[in-house]
Amino acid sequence: MDTIQLILNGMMREALSPQTAAVAIAVIGLNIHFGFTGLLNMGQSGFMLLGAYGFAISIWHDLPMVVGLLFGFGAALIFALILGAPTLKLRGDYLAIVTISAAEIIRYVGRSALLTDFTGSAQGIPGSQYRSSFTGLSFFGSGSFTLIPFNYTDVADGAAWVRVLGWAIAIAIVVVLVLRLRRGGAFNGIAQAALMGLLLVAGVFLLFFLFPVPNQRTGVNGWWVRFVAWGLVLLCTFVVYLLVRSPWGRLLRGIREDEDAIRSLGKNVFSIKMQALIIGGLFGALGGIVYVLPASVQPDSMGRSLTFFCYTALLIGGAATIFGPVLGAVIFFAARIGIKYTAAAYVPDSIMNNQQTEQFSYIVVGVALMLIVIFRPQGILGNKRELRFNV
Amino acid sequence: MVRGVAGLVLALLLTPLIALISSGAANAVDTLCLAEADKTACIAGTLRTEADVVPDVTLTITGPGGFSEEVTTGETGKWNVQVTEPGAYVVKIDEDSLPDDVVTDHPEVTINVGRLGATQAATLDVRTGSYSAESSKFDELVQSTVNGLRLGLLLALASVGLSLIYGTTGLSNFAHAEQVTLGGILGYYLINRGGLSLIVGGILVVVICAFTGWFQDRVLWQPLRRRGLGLTQLMIVTIGLSLALQYCYQYFVGARTVRVVQDNPEVSTFGPITITNQSIVAMAISVVVLAAVGYALLRTRIGRATRAVSDNPALAAASGIDTDKVIRLVWTVAMALAGLSGLLYALVTNGIKWDTGLQILLLLFAAVTLGGLGTAFGALLGALIIGLVVEISPVLGMPGDFKYATALLILILLLLVRPQGLLGKPQRVG
Repeated sequence: MDTIQLILNGMMREALSPQTAAVAIAVIGLNIHFGFTGLLNMGQSGFMLLGAYGFAISIWHDLPMVVGLLFGFGAALIFALILGAPTLKLRGDYLAIVTISAAEIIRYVGRSALLTDFTGSAQGIPGSQYRSSFTGLSFFGSGSFTLIPFNYTDVADGAAWVRVLGWAIAIAIVVVLVLRLRRGGAFNGIAQAALMGLLLVAGVFLLFFLFPVPNQRTGVNGWWVRFVAWGLVLLCTFVVYLLVRSPWGRLLRGIREDEDAIRSLGKNVFSIKMQALIIGGLFGALGGIVYVLPASVQPDSMGRSLTFFCYTALLIGGAATIFGPVLGAVIFFAARIGIKYTAAAYVPDSIMNNQQTEQFSYIVVGVALMLIVIFRPQGILGNKRELRFNV
Repeated sequence: MVRGVAGLVLALLLTPLIALISSGAANAVDTLCLAEADKTACIAGTLRTEADVVPDVTLTITGPGGFSEEVTTGETGKWNVQVTEPGAYVVKIDEDSLPDDVVTDHPEVTINVGRLGATQAATLDVRTGSYSAESSKFDELVQSTVNGLRLGLLLALASVGLSLIYGTTGLSNFAHAEQVTLGGILGYYLINRGGLSLIVGGILVVVICAFTGWFQDRVLWQPLRRRGLGLTQLMIVTIGLSLALQYCYQYFVGARTVRVVQDNPEVSTFGPITITNQSIVAMAISVVVLAAVGYALLRTRIGRATRAVSDNPALAAASGIDTDKVIRLVWTVAMALAGLSGLLYALVTNGIKWDTGLQILLLLFAAVTLGGLGTAFGALLGALIIGLVVEISPVLGMPGDFKYATALLILILLLLVRPQGLLGKPQRVG
């Protein structure tokens, strides 16, 4: 029983971690590219890395945080323009090849010893160099994991009923979310959407208190960064919801389904694709900034694999859906840790040692990605008809 | 160049480890230096030239607090020293103690011992007298051109297959690079661990890789084509396959670099060019195999059928060509070529790692796109260009870190002016 509790705790910690939220934001951006517009952007990690560098380097060199954010977004914007200009008029696989190459160039340049004063080369930029201006904004007190009367790691000393309640809420949230979204019509108006969002936020924040997750009690991994990260996820989801309902959003889908039809209506397809690339890239940059807040800027941790994980998360949740990216990211990270811990706990060391469990979990991720695309390309929430397109 | 860098990285990674596990009691220097937490730290290294390790060389280590100690490299070129204070230490080679044919340009190196309780690797730069680093710019250029051709030929082996798959099925196979890694890793298991001779083992590797290609098409790609899965979705399937394979390799081999053959390769010198004998053989094999593929494509029935499918699958099928059979053959041959490329790559660069393929993948895509997606000869041309650019750009002043970036940058620039690639046909890109 203890082992199971350990595994579940690990999964919950991963599901609620700020880095999961960061990836969710990046996946929301990717969803604009891939899900709504049909752009095969294989360089989302490049956008994330640029955002993170812009943010971290500015603050490291004593610029205010707002300027850091602007630099991060500006870098992503320029990156999108450079990538889009040669490729958006060509067939989709050109964009894929160029974006994956360009993201790697960013990483190589970031790693270069020549730029040690700016990027910290392969070691990266330690979080302590840029984090303080963010943690300084915290209104949650210095404890950072205590919200005035509550203490989210120790409600009732983590008694059994607290755990049961925590799990009941977690399951209920997922079930309600999935059911409402699959039935469709969850978004027949602002009120309905707001209700959904409220349910989600209330549930997640209840979980913070009720679930006795043994978190690292450092100032960077506490309440404040979680709150901001998941708040941003919610905000981004809402922005995307508004965007894709707009006439502009309908144009995106039109381009995905039939570019020539949209062109024949007198729309500038190239410019709309470029706008989509930029907006999705900005979400990517924001995701990158959040990604490095509780950690450090490590070029090698934001390489191709991260892009591939983003795709896996997006396809699990369902491309071209509003909540798909968030659900997908949470499930992706929780499931991976669940697989890893289960393998570590139940497979004897002689067959699989501790390091191999990590690799085993990634093998499962790869196979899962293949199986999802083959057998359920619409993911959990998606609509199969929406994913017949070919880029 | 690649080999040198890989060797250096390997040396950096391995020296602390070797220093820790070597416990030959015969030589005082080979004794274990174990860093004790908060008390002592070790500086260790292996003195080696590009050809061999250098034993019996005296090194003087000076450091903070008047620290000064003399050590002699052991029979395997290893040396280490224990220090008790963090700080900057200078390791100096006593040049009189160097063998006559070994020289050094930088007899001193400064090592920063950041904290106690750790072993610091120190690399000293020595080379044999004949291996002149003072060679002229022109000689350097010649040397790196040869290295570039070598890399280009190896890339060509893999990218011709990638391009043929793209041509016949329209699929950009992201898992292609994992087949390259597979070739090297199979080589490690069969030749290094299994003790097969290089030739028998090499043939076996290629046969197994060809079988994986046949098998993949049989169980995965053909059924998916029949299901009518879109190309985008197929591409994502290859990404999943690539992830799964990468971590499979890491699962079995670990994150270390493994070698196909254990002993150091022999070197030949032609004028300004220094090249390992293995590289010469590898280049010869690549040329022969590529010529054979080219001949088959141009002159044989099945080669013409392949080009017909590549040009227009529907028309090819209508004129009686069994497209499924052609595609099956393309997968088999492409994977065999990729495996051969990986095996040769592991031989000439002295090792293969679980993510070697990942690093090559981008060069492969750059080569294929540069030459024109779907054209086999374009891929060959593109691969040679990419190989040359990667090797020559450092000589022309590009910082070494950026040499891969240069190749990718050229790709992006080319797409701006000639998106169909060098040998591609313009109507297929929009």
